[in-house]
Amino acid sequence: MIDNEEYRQFLESVRFVYGYDFTDYAEASVIRRIRAFMESKRVGSLKDLGRMVLKDEAAFEHFIQDITVNVTEMFRDPFFYKSLRKNVINRLATYPFIKVWIAGCSTGEEVYSMAILFREEGLLERTVIYATDINQDALQKAREGISSINNMKSYTENYLKAGGQHSFSDYYKAKYNSVLWDKSLRQNIVFSVHNLAMDKSFNEFQLILCRNVLIYFNQALQSKVIGLFYESLCSFGFLCLGNKESLLFADKRTCFEEIDKKEKIFMKTK
Amino acid sequence: MDQNKTFDAIVIGASAGGLYAMINIFKQLPANYPIPIIVVQHRSKDERSLLEEVLQQKCSVCIKQADEKEVIAGGCVYFAPPDYHLLVENDGTFSLSFDPPVNYSRPSIDVLFETAADVFKERLLAIILTGANADGARGMKKIRKLGGTTIAQQPDTADYPEMPKAAINTGAIQHILTPDAIGSFLRECMKNNTVW
Repeated sequence: MIDNEEYRQFLESVRFVYGYDFTDYAEASVIRRIRAFMESKRVGSLKDLGRMVLKDEAAFEHFIQDITVNVTEMFRDPFFYKSLRKNVINRLATYPFIKVWIAGCSTGEEVYSMAILFREEGLLERTVIYATDINQDALQKAREGISSINNMKSYTENYLKAGGQHSFSDYYKAKYNSVLWDKSLRQNIVFSVHNLAMDKSFNEFQLILCRNVLIYFNQALQSKVIGLFYESLCSFGFLCLGNKESLLFADKRTCFEEIDKKEKIFMKTK
Repeated sequence: MDQNKTFDAIVIGASAGGLYAMINIFKQLPANYPIPIIVVQHRSKDERSLLEEVLQQKCSVCIKQADEKEVIAGGCVYFAPPDYHLLVENDGTFSLSFDPPVNYSRPSIDVLFETAADVFKERLLAIILTGANADGARGMKKIRKLGGTTIAQQPDTADYPEMPKAAINTGAIQHILTPDAIGSFLRECMKNNTVW
């Protein structure tokens, strides 16, 4: 059992000692992840976990990498990518130089999907994609650009549904049980650590993707992060959220216009 | 009998064959059924809202997909959206997660059941229906441990008996009922809850 008071205290200690702030994360998910970590390490109570990670930085590092990793897939929600092609790409094409921020990129599947889409639309050469995540291990995996061959069947289906124009296998090399994404896709991608709960805006973008990250935050943090995206977008820049996410809890909700209601694509209009 | 307990919420887990079992249960409920009902039905990730539409045509109680941060209220049957886990938060709202599948399932019944148990404790009623795997068994154990009330669909009335059987085998199930009897049980429970 994780007692609520104990949980609050644990998060406060983590914030105090390491500067990671999880106090505004959706509790139920964080508690599930902490429990799973405790089970795998055979830690009996939150107090014991505190003793384990608060004094030992290496143990904390291991803990933090474990509980902040998100899962994703290539061309997840293919119709979202189709909508991007239809509603966003032609407007982006009017810029001489395009900057894209993929916030919470995890192990990079979405980043490579976007790189493929931009290449097929002829924009990749003049685009820089900033891919950020709180989780260093995930970012390292993203940089390596390796995926399991077992995923290729579903990824290929997604790619085709997303309006893919070539053969998906053009974009990777398979060896043993893994595939390596085509290295040329990576030329204009910058991977970097960024903590949405704590860090500031670092550039101005025409397009920001942050899909299925806000669901892990409470309403206050959602509003704060949308504010950060607002500051980081140029006028008429685009913001894309996950299928089940919304601007409902954001102070800045009135500054955006819906471009695709179902696929959660918004444009900064004010 | 447990019908005399007051419940703050009802959670239901269903997999293969769940639609017909749920129609039999929900069609017995009035539109203003006071206790919120929260359901994980295993479903294809490509299907967006067909399940809710089909059920709504057969029932008078409101059927809807749970929204992120939505406040849980009576008069509604909430479904976990395709390809997301549905969790209950301490403040009586929903949250969603895209964490890896549990028991090969996203949404997973265990994820809903375990988080609902944390929040509603002994004021939770949990029902496991037809299905071809063991999702929900672990959640049922936790619900019982925290004092909640547990029901499984009678396996020989289930299109796929494995799931209720797996829950029954944990020893955590208190009542084994047909879908019709589950519907009557829910109507009985209504008497103890003031209409909102």
